[in-house]
Amino acid sequence: MSALVRFFQSTILSKVVMAGTGLVLVLFLLGHMIGNLQMHIGQEKMNVYAETLQHLGGVLWIIRSGLLLFLVLHIIASIRLKALNLSARPEAYAFKNTVKATLASRTMIWTGVMIALFLTYHLLHFTIKATNPQFGGLVDAVGRHDVYSMVVLGYQNVLISIVYIAAMVLLGYHLIHAIESMFQTLGINHPKYNSFIHRLSVTLSLVIVIGFISIPVGVLFGWIALPAGVVAL
Amino acid sequence: MKLKLHIWRQKHAQDKGKMVTYEVDGIIEDMSFLEMLDVLNEKLIVNGEEPVAFDHDCREGICGACSLTINGIPHGFEKETTICQLHMRHFKDGDTIYIEPWRARAFPVIKDLVVDRAAFDRIMQAGGFVSAHTGGVPDANATPISKIDADKAMDYAACIGCGACVAACKNASAMLFVAAKVSQYAYLPQGQPERKKRVLNMVAQMDAEGFGGCTNQYECEAVCPKGISVAAIALMNRDFLKASLTDAS
Ligand code: HEM
Ligand code: SF4
Ligand code: FES
Repeated sequence: MSALVRFFQSTILSKVVMAGTGLVLVLFLLGHMIGNLQMHIGQEKMNVYAETLQHLGGVLWIIRSGLLLFLVLHIIASIRLKALNLSARPEAYAFKNTVKATLASRTMIWTGVMIALFLTYHLLHFTIKATNPQFGGLVDAVGRHDVYSMVVLGYQNVLISIVYIAAMVLLGYHLIHAIESMFQTLGINHPKYNSFIHRLSVTLSLVIVIGFISIPVGVLFGWIALPAGVVAL
Repeated sequence: MKLKLHIWRQKHAQDKGKMVTYEVDGIIEDMSFLEMLDVLNEKLIVNGEEPVAFDHDCREGICGACSLTINGIPHGFEKETTICQLHMRHFKDGDTIYIEPWRARAFPVIKDLVVDRAAFDRIMQAGGFVSAHTGGVPDANATPISKIDADKAMDYAACIGCGACVAACKNASAMLFVAAKVSQYAYLPQGQPERKKRVLNMVAQMDAEGFGGCTNQYECEAVCPKGISVAAIALMNRDFLKASLTDAS
């Protein structure tokens, strides 16, 4: 416990917490996105995948609590650092100027807060099924929980799709600074690799955003359609 | 040329301070920025007003004393140039210029544009040195150092401790300064015995002085008059993490 407190007291170690937890969250997002792309293959594939995850049982809960813990640590560290950073300059410049800090890097706390709000909604929507309970109890032809149709019915609501798409754009904005920054925080900065790290950061952010967005977009354009027998309510 | 200046005036540390507007005329393009302020001050003295206090010493870009924020950019917009080396030919007749001190909780204003940078001295006292034997002078070249490592150490040793990095940082973080002072020894054999203690103590002092944390936005590198690279910060992060995990004391 005292080691944990010491970690959070140091600015550098707090940033290491942010980078470490951020790395795990990025890897999770990548896996989650690739799993979800099965929506493009079809109902059968998606529902089998969802059922496999559900059958992990205890392991699923370990993964979920691990992710939640990392997210909470990430948020605690970000808020503490933000408060410290604001207090480090009590008198602002009359003439404010910026030479090269990107807009993404200057809005990390706000894109972060938006992600947290979205995440709450997203869990209520698809995991706890509180916001659209009418789509939660669907079953497919062989009796599996029909995740595929639940998602399609959800995204057929244009407003819901817009919320998801907007949230993913903000997430991408968070990641475009975050991934590159993570390397620097962990001490990886070398003229031989810096341009690769920059390209990796941009590419990974784009892949994650486009991958996730392809699903609501697919539903809105009708590439991902309801299976025969399921009707929109 | 004729200029309109908005300058931070503050009588003493406890004074609230405010921006005051002045006009100066007769500025020649070969003057340095500080000489332009000298012209203003002479005019103020003749008028019986208090001259503007600002820090300066060498006026040739090597001592680190000068410290003015010009239109929101510490040392002004010329790359790798201290404000004493910025010349008036970069301005044009009729320009409006905002002149403010370094802004950071850890650098309190003493008067007008002069701030107290003793926090940097305390960070140096915490570990910015190597212990050496006194007595006989060691033989030249007794300790072999590769040219590449010597050059890297020199690049970091070029830091003049001006504090522009703190002034430019959105979080008033001192990471670039501390990283330069830690990294200059990391490449030298003389720096190795105290390597872990140095980084742990200097970073602890930096945190205790009330500087902010690094968010990897690199405003520091952009304004640094000596072109210190943020690679120093990555090196310090690495050293600090390693030392935190392995230091026994
Ligand atoms: C899926 C969600 C998220 C992922 C993948 C993620 C990822 C990351 C990563 C990799 C970093 C870089 C750390 C570094 O600079 O070393 C970062 C920074 C940051 N994150 Fe997140 N983050 C997420 C959610 C959040 C949330 C919910 C907040 C909340 C308020 C937040 C606030 C921040 C802030 C303020 C920074 C900048 C810290 C700094 O530069 O000092 N993030 N994030
Ligand atoms: S790192 Fe650059 S800006 Fe910072 S104190 Fe040293 S010389 Fe000045
Ligand atoms: S006065 Fe010495 S560096 Fe500017």
